[in-house]
Amino acid sequence: MTSPLQQKLKINGSSVVTANRTWDGVVVYRTAAKGWSADLADAAIVRNSDEAKALLAEAVADDVGAIGPYIAPVQVDEAGKILPGNLREQIRRDGVTIDLPV
Amino acid sequence: MYAYDEIDRTLVNERVSEFRDQVQRRLSGELTEDEFKMLRLQNGVYLQLHAYMFRVAIPYGTLASNQLRRLAHVARKYDRGYGHFTTRQNIQFNWIKLSDLPDALADLAEVGIHAMQTSGNNMRNVTSDQWAGVAPGEIEDPRIWSELIRQHTTLHPEFSFLPRKFKIAITASDHDRAAIKVHDIGLRLIKNEKNETGFEVLVGGGLGRTPFIGKTIKHFVHGRDLLSYIEAILRVYNQYGRRDNIYKARIKILVHELGIEKFSREVEEEWQHIRNSSLQIDDEVIEDIRSRFIYPAYEKLPHMPDELRQAAADPDFEAWRKNSVAAHKNPGYSIVTISLKPIGAPPGDATAEQMDALADLADTYSFGEIRVGHEQNLALPHVAKRDLPALWKALDKLGLATPNVNLITDIIACPGLDYCSLANARSIPIAQELTRRFANHELANLIGRLHINISGCINACGHHHVGHIGILGVEKNGEEVYQITIGGRADESAALGNLIGPGVKFDEVADVVEDIVEAYLALRERPEELFVDTVKRLGVEPFKERVYATR
Repeated sequence: MTSPLQQKLKINGSSVVTANRTWDGVVVYRTAAKGWSADLADAAIVRNSDEAKALLAEAVADDVGAIGPYIAPVQVDEAGKILPGNLREQIRRDGVTIDLPV
Repeated sequence: MYAYDEIDRTLVNERVSEFRDQVQRRLSGELTEDEFKMLRLQNGVYLQLHAYMFRVAIPYGTLASNQLRRLAHVARKYDRGYGHFTTRQNIQFNWIKLSDLPDALADLAEVGIHAMQTSGNNMRNVTSDQWAGVAPGEIEDPRIWSELIRQHTTLHPEFSFLPRKFKIAITASDHDRAAIKVHDIGLRLIKNEKNETGFEVLVGGGLGRTPFIGKTIKHFVHGRDLLSYIEAILRVYNQYGRRDNIYKARIKILVHELGIEKFSREVEEEWQHIRNSSLQIDDEVIEDIRSRFIYPAYEKLPHMPDELRQAAADPDFEAWRKNSVAAHKNPGYSIVTISLKPIGAPPGDATAEQMDALADLADTYSFGEIRVGHEQNLALPHVAKRDLPALWKALDKLGLATPNVNLITDIIACPGLDYCSLANARSIPIAQELTRRFANHELANLIGRLHINISGCINACGHHHVGHIGILGVEKNGEEVYQITIGGRADESAALGNLIGPGVKFDEVADVVEDIVEAYLALRERPEELFVDTVKRLGVEPFKERVYATR
């Protein structure tokens, strides 16, 4: 299987690197401070393939902190707020779209 | 119930210690995720969208009340207070922390439950008829043989690194409730002319990206040869199955590409080498397993007790009884299916409180035993008919007396994009909307037996190919789109559904299903003609016309 770092990255607009935190699986985003945050607002934004590859490489190297890092699309609105770029990422940020049984 | 022996208990406990050490090494960084992934998968731990998912095996769908209580405990202590029963007699917890998993496994091990064979490229949890041992007309209890296969395959090195996952299902009744024709190996227990137990063996069934109905590879394999014959199949698969392409790695692809004749010749040749080996099963082995299954001490009870006669005046009770209560091999008893499909709720989910209460009801009314079916419902297999009214009242209080078993709102659905990292589209909200559309039980009864199966991606965990109406969610240009098939079925006449036309958007799915149902009600020759039989008689065209005429 091709390593994420060797994959061709096609970036259309703003993106972030996201993964799941190793110890509890919570959705996290790579920050500019080389750490992870559970808040999308803290995510480092990349806008081209070179930036994305560099951020992803840094994330992959932190194998203890989080698992399965990948590039995810986001939208940045006029006020600078970062929003998920598709339904999957919206669900990862906000949780399930249904009421939980309890 | 099956009582584990010392070997089983040691195995399960050692597994917990081993996994605790692996988790510690992973969290400390001693193991990388690449090194750890296979180890966690071998213990039922996946990574989903929001968290780890923990899948626990319920071998051949049989649970004791203390085991169900312990599942409730795991849901409450380590998860978010509920669990999801799957389409292969497992339960999944969706929010568990990796750091908590060793403790959760240890708690389960105390009551003989584990997560082995619930994921990874190995022999998966052997499934069976949820009515095994109690269904009228059943030849014999297929769980004896399920357990034999479980014992032989658990942690067997030859079956732990197969080209892909491998699933076996067994039935011993004419009516197939175990979906054996869509399994890698399907076993139908039969008797030969000498009244000896054996199996019709089917191979190469499966759903997913490339669905196939299983083909009969041998019409009769004697019970004593069952393990050697299965092993011969697995050896041929292990040798020729493709490891270079995950999409072509299942045995169904190999059987299709070689052809059943060539595949069966290869198996036959392999079998001749091993059939007279230590794999041949002595009668004592079977009898030892049989002796570890504890059967209830049934009383001799009347077929129509006074309690049942009096309760029949209540139309709500009668609606539930007619829908959810089935005949038992012992005339004074019944099998009660408990629908986990309340209107508007996610299919197959049960809260910790419901699980605890059901465990109590099982103790009171079903000799402490619960069954899990692949349709994502539960069953109490040994309920005295005199107790049916009291049981119904108790279930109703728990929200578990919806009389919709096998009706249009008894929907099978995978977790879909709300939970699953593989999904392209949501399944649960579609199911919820459909149950609301058809919430009227009179309408549902008028429609009759109709199975809707929903998958959120091509991997088909919601068995959409074999739904009478199948719904497959895909992603197209960033939107959820749903392809609809009709005419599939998963029973002894298993068939794959046919696509009715272009996919429809999320908001249109329930309307389309309503159109299909209205067309069926207009087209059926008589009320007894089931939806799936009308489709078989007329094909998809009249339904297609109805759905797309105004779209």
